[in-house]
Amino acid sequence: MDFNDTPEEAAFRAEARAFLEQHLEPKRGNATRSREPRALTLDKAKKWQKVKAENQFAQITWPKEIGGRGGTPMQQVIWNQEEAKFNAPIGPFAIGLGMCVPTVIAFGSDAHKARYVQPALHGEEIWCQLFSEPSAGSDVAGLKTKAVKDGDDWVINGQKVWTTGAQFSDYGIVLTRTDPNVPKHKGLTMFIVDMKAPGVEVRPIHQASGGREFNEVYFTDVRIPDSDRLGDPGMGWKVALVTLMNERLAVGGSPGPDWQEIMDYARDAGTLSNQAFREKLADWYVAAQGYKLTKFRTQTALSRGETPGPENSIGKIITANHLQDICNSAVEMQDHYGLIIDKDKAPADAIFQESLMWAPGLRIAGGTDEILKNIIAERVLGLPQDVRVDKDKAFSEL
Amino acid sequence: MNFDFSDDQKFLREEARKFLSAKCTTAQVRAVLDDEAMSHNADVWKQIVEMGWLGTAIAEEHGGLGLGMLELCVIAEELGRALAPVPFGSTVYFFAEALKLAGSDAQKASILPKVADGSVIGCFAASEGPGPVEAGSLTTAFENGALSGTKIPVTDGDIATHAVVLAKDGSGTSLILVALDQPGVTRTSIETIEPTRSHAEITFDGAAAERLGAQGDGETLYNAIMNRAAVLLAFEQTGGASVCLEMATDYAKERHAFGRPIGGNQAIKHKLADMYVKNEVARSNAYYGAWALSTDAAELPEAAAAARIAASEAYWFAAKENIQTHGGMGFTWEVDCHLYYRRSKLLAVQAGAPAVWKEKLVRALETRNAA
Repeated sequence: MDFNDTPEEAAFRAEARAFLEQHLEPKRGNATRSREPRALTLDKAKKWQKVKAENQFAQITWPKEIGGRGGTPMQQVIWNQEEAKFNAPIGPFAIGLGMCVPTVIAFGSDAHKARYVQPALHGEEIWCQLFSEPSAGSDVAGLKTKAVKDGDDWVINGQKVWTTGAQFSDYGIVLTRTDPNVPKHKGLTMFIVDMKAPGVEVRPIHQASGGREFNEVYFTDVRIPDSDRLGDPGMGWKVALVTLMNERLAVGGSPGPDWQEIMDYARDAGTLSNQAFREKLADWYVAAQGYKLTKFRTQTALSRGETPGPENSIGKIITANHLQDICNSAVEMQDHYGLIIDKDKAPADAIFQESLMWAPGLRIAGGTDEILKNIIAERVLGLPQDVRVDKDKAFSEL
Repeated sequence: MNFDFSDDQKFLREEARKFLSAKCTTAQVRAVLDDEAMSHNADVWKQIVEMGWLGTAIAEEHGGLGLGMLELCVIAEELGRALAPVPFGSTVYFFAEALKLAGSDAQKASILPKVADGSVIGCFAASEGPGPVEAGSLTTAFENGALSGTKIPVTDGDIATHAVVLAKDGSGTSLILVALDQPGVTRTSIETIEPTRSHAEITFDGAAAERLGAQGDGETLYNAIMNRAAVLLAFEQTGGASVCLEMATDYAKERHAFGRPIGGNQAIKHKLADMYVKNEVARSNAYYGAWALSTDAAELPEAAAAARIAASEAYWFAAKENIQTHGGMGFTWEVDCHLYYRRSKLLAVQAGAPAVWKEKLVRALETRNAA
């Protein structure tokens, strides 16, 4: 038992590190507190993505024929670890390359693959995922956005919500209802949609946190050629499951202050000797270690060429809740002053206040706490599924 | 990354599980529970001795198998799963570890071989009353080669042949090694919430004894031994908590109410998912403790504390919610749920309760940050 790389892993890590050192500045301090404007970040991100793609570091596990490295999942883990130590402008490509493009590769035509894969890989085109709707969140198969066949085209009408990056995306994959007269999972169809097409309107959502990072996307008589369909009509749920399977691999921890930051703050504030606080601090440390070490167990399985067990499914339930709890404690520790979210006045650049306001979203995005617990109960423990009263009814009769 | 047990260690775990699931079922545990005169299951103990498990982490020169702490961890997990009603932990995690850590060459040479062959049963005596053990307020004292005072409770104290005792010694504290079959020692069995492991009150009245380690090192050695025992206990706890989750899950699939399995209700599903999350957090922290223990890492104090806190919380939650999931059946003597409930509390307080370890953990983190 150790935390060492195998000789092959060490060689890859050295190669990755040398490449990163050649192109980027190492991170100093807490880089999550960047105040750089978004447009600048996006431009930098596109350039960095291109450099990665040209050197086969963009998608380590993809086959070489499509611009990947033909590497192992463990090599991807090592790359991610090393890249995180540098000021790498990453972000806008995660959904496209992690979820959308793999779906295009799995279900698209040769023409689709020839057209879309390389521009996405090289950071020239950004993708978004259009599944959730105002009335279809956890139960996404209950979505209402309609696609109706008209000649060689399909005509799309409806509304999507919580679309990350829609405002700067070039393409999206959109899940639609093409047959309301069969049960909900059976009447769905997936398409590639040009986000610049007439009738596509992106509106930022004003979130409870005050920010506007997510979007609503409205479709009004948007025409999509039948050739941009992914999978057969009615097969959309199967296609979506492939996308979502990739999502679960992509969604990880919850960015924000951890036990170390609140401990540092408490020491500065002179409250570290408070007994109740010390007990909570111990709990946060144990949970954070539990999360980190469980990832190590998963990586060990990858390193040994085995299939990881289900233990990694505990991640977001732990991290999102602890983040919320840590921020709440920090704010209350500051007493009345804890209200202040002005970065120039609040302690620690207001990171506790900002994350307090983000935390509710983290507990919902990428699977709510409740859905994640259902997944553990059903898929890991083998308990019965929830009652689904709509299972055998036509969608139009619900 | 190699953060898991090796194939050989996993094989040892499977062999241990096979043996215990055949020879140490809850029927063997209940034999001790239902018979006040039985301090432990001598039959199971004899077989464990014969397999050499007591000497797993004792050097070959001292009659052990000369394997490492990782091998002992996998055995501990299986003993925890089986609720083994034997003085294994007292003898191995506390007594033998104390000797390995603090014993002179002569002490090790004379006693460790007898631990390995089962002729010595050890125990560890620190507690004197309610509340955490405080080195400064001990009344048991060592003076001129004689030990006097009362320790209560001492796990396996009524069947042990030897004890390691934390005692006042001059102006400080020392660890004291004492044989229990002598005139100056009086032992009384005491009733506890966990009768499958026996407990005693031991009174020393000028009993012949000797120091283990240097005079005045008692508290330091005590903490070092607790760190080692905490990791090993965490494996027993993780094993027990895993069984609780398995029992609750199986029952939730079988038991029907309102026309379907109770495990189809989210109140049960989410409870069991919570149990799974806590168990995995405990397992991962226990593994880290095992790594720190087996490599003598500088991180052992925080790793041991985290392992103990996570395992105590997981086992308690799993044990109490296993009863809850079983409903009225779970509150009967005949159903096994209460055996784990009892054991979870013994293991949570035996080497210092979680609150004590939370304070130790934060102190270790403060020290690390200051460095």
